[in-house]
Amino acid sequence: MKVSAIITLKKDVLDPQGKVIHQTLDGMGFKDVNEVRQGKYFEIDVKENDPKKAQKIVEDMCNKLLANLVIENYKIIEIQ
Amino acid sequence: MKSAVITFPGSNCDRDMHVALSKFGFKNKMVWHNDNELPKSDLVVLPGGFSYGDYLRCGSMASKSKIMQSVINFAKSGGLVMGICNGFQILVETGLVPGVLLRNKYLEFICKNVFVKIDNKDNQYFKNLDKDVFEFHIAHNEGNYFCTNDQLKEIDDNNQVAIYYCNNDGNTDEKYNPNGSLNNIAGIFNKEKNVLGMMPHPERMIDKSLSGEDGSFFFKNLLNNIK
Repeated sequence: MKVSAIITLKKDVLDPQGKVIHQTLDGMGFKDVNEVRQGKYFEIDVKENDPKKAQKIVEDMCNKLLANLVIENYKIIEIQ
Repeated sequence: MKSAVITFPGSNCDRDMHVALSKFGFKNKMVWHNDNELPKSDLVVLPGGFSYGDYLRCGSMASKSKIMQSVINFAKSGGLVMGICNGFQILVETGLVPGVLLRNKYLEFICKNVFVKIDNKDNQYFKNLDKDVFEFHIAHNEGNYFCTNDQLKEIDDNNQVAIYYCNNDGNTDEKYNPNGSLNNIAGIFNKEKNVLGMMPHPERMIDKSLSGEDGSFFFKNLLNNIK
């Protein structure tokens, strides 16, 4: 199954890259932006046909490697 | 005294550290990241560099490499483990020291000499140092120390801040903070103070004619403390 996960910075963590992207968008004329936060996206093809088990495996990966839970949150967004 | 420096793919301060440790009397061994066992050591050093190309998060891949299980066991049994720069990033990823190292506040790679304040001396690394302000080199893109409020309280309660950025008089005002680090933190201990992570490179300051000697004071003192 293909499992997709996104990793985002927690609310209180400074995201200087997001800030610069926001400024650049502003300079390009996109004036109606409140905030930009940058994150990561993973697509993981696991050797597992049961979606629940596949989700669990990727959650385990997020907890142990893909996300640093001091500063990041993860979310499984798609299983197919 | 015996030391071991771990080389990860992408480490680039491992040989500098070997030169520094050897110069001041350590019998140093280089250890490959894919080995399982540490040689008998009084001190293990995780050097600076760009292990695994800084993929995913700096230090995250290296923190899972084979040798790290032995390093973690060594640290948990009270052994001295010191991580410099990328080594510090690896230490936070293992959880041996609290917090994380974020991208520098102004998104620049910073490569310059800075002054740091070391006044937390009730530990094997810094006891008997006869001054508080040192000039060390920093070279990093992700040195912006951050931790949660709960972690910060624990760090303060246990006196775990090892090193602060400061000016040449030891003033730790925010304006002497090069990278946005929380409270000007440049280095952190674990609770037991046998594990030390720091962004500055003392191994780059061991020769008067090249850079400076403040690293020499640190290494000489460290050797005497361990003896």
